[in-house]
Amino acid sequence: MSMKATIRQVNAVTVVDLSGRITLGEGCTQLRELIRDLLSKGHNKLLLNLADVTYIDSSGIGELVSGFTAVSNQGGQLKLLHLTKKVHDLLQITKLLTVFDVHEDEAKAVASFDKGTSA
Amino acid sequence: MSADASVVEVVYESDLKNVEAAEELVHRVLSSLNFDEEEQHKIGMAVHESMINAIWHGNRSDPAKRVWLQFLIYEDRLEIKIRDQGAGFDISSVPHPLEPDNLLKISGRGIFLIRSFMDDFQVKNVPGEGTEVTLVKRRSPSTELNQGGLHREHEGHNTPG
Repeated sequence: MSMKATIRQVNAVTVVDLSGRITLGEGCTQLRELIRDLLSKGHNKLLLNLADVTYIDSSGIGELVSGFTAVSNQGGQLKLLHLTKKVHDLLQITKLLTVFDVHEDEAKAVASFDKGTSA
Repeated sequence: MSADASVVEVVYESDLKNVEAAEELVHRVLSSLNFDEEEQHKIGMAVHESMINAIWHGNRSDPAKRVWLQFLIYEDRLEIKIRDQGAGFDISSVPHPLEPDNLLKISGRGIFLIRSFMDDFQVKNVPGEGTEVTLVKRRSPSTELNQGGLHREHEGHNTPG
């Protein structure tokens, strides 16, 4: 099963509900193009909901980092929501929990975004 | 070191679609060895990363080249060998992904994850032939073969591309 994404707007924050596999190939390509497309449309407050991501590999982790950097470079913020234990463990051993702002509560996550940047 | 091993071996074409096929085989083998779910995930991910290295980086998805996946099941350990027909690589040149300068790099975490998830990891480059990696996971006394498990099973076939 490849990756699927559903996009919702909650106040000024674009919430992306991801599901399936984020791995080298189709999953990573889809995520890269999705973030690029959102940025091109001016959406730079992104909250990626990973609750239904069943598998992520080193390339998928790299794609999250790439997205984080791309959004930051445009003055925006990319945050993560609802990590599964497996994804949490991966981000922990790769020290990326020190990079990403990770949330367990969607309302609090949405409220945590800076008020100043555009949607 | 025990001498006798149960062996499972599969040959794959260099197509990323075969990474998932390999994962399914890994979980079949590991289930028969009673590794728990977390261990299965870690070993499965180590094989996933190794298969990608072999297909994508080693064989560069060349349909004429093959990847061999072999399980050697000993009483005290599981050895998994993945061999490609690529040009090989110098493992000492792989940058450490936890160094501050590398933390935000897009790639370079695969080998690190394999090392993290397995008890031992070795790389053997054979000039002109390819690269073989060996992943080792120790087995606890409770991780014994299920009845009807895998004994001297050899599976050799080319999966469709």
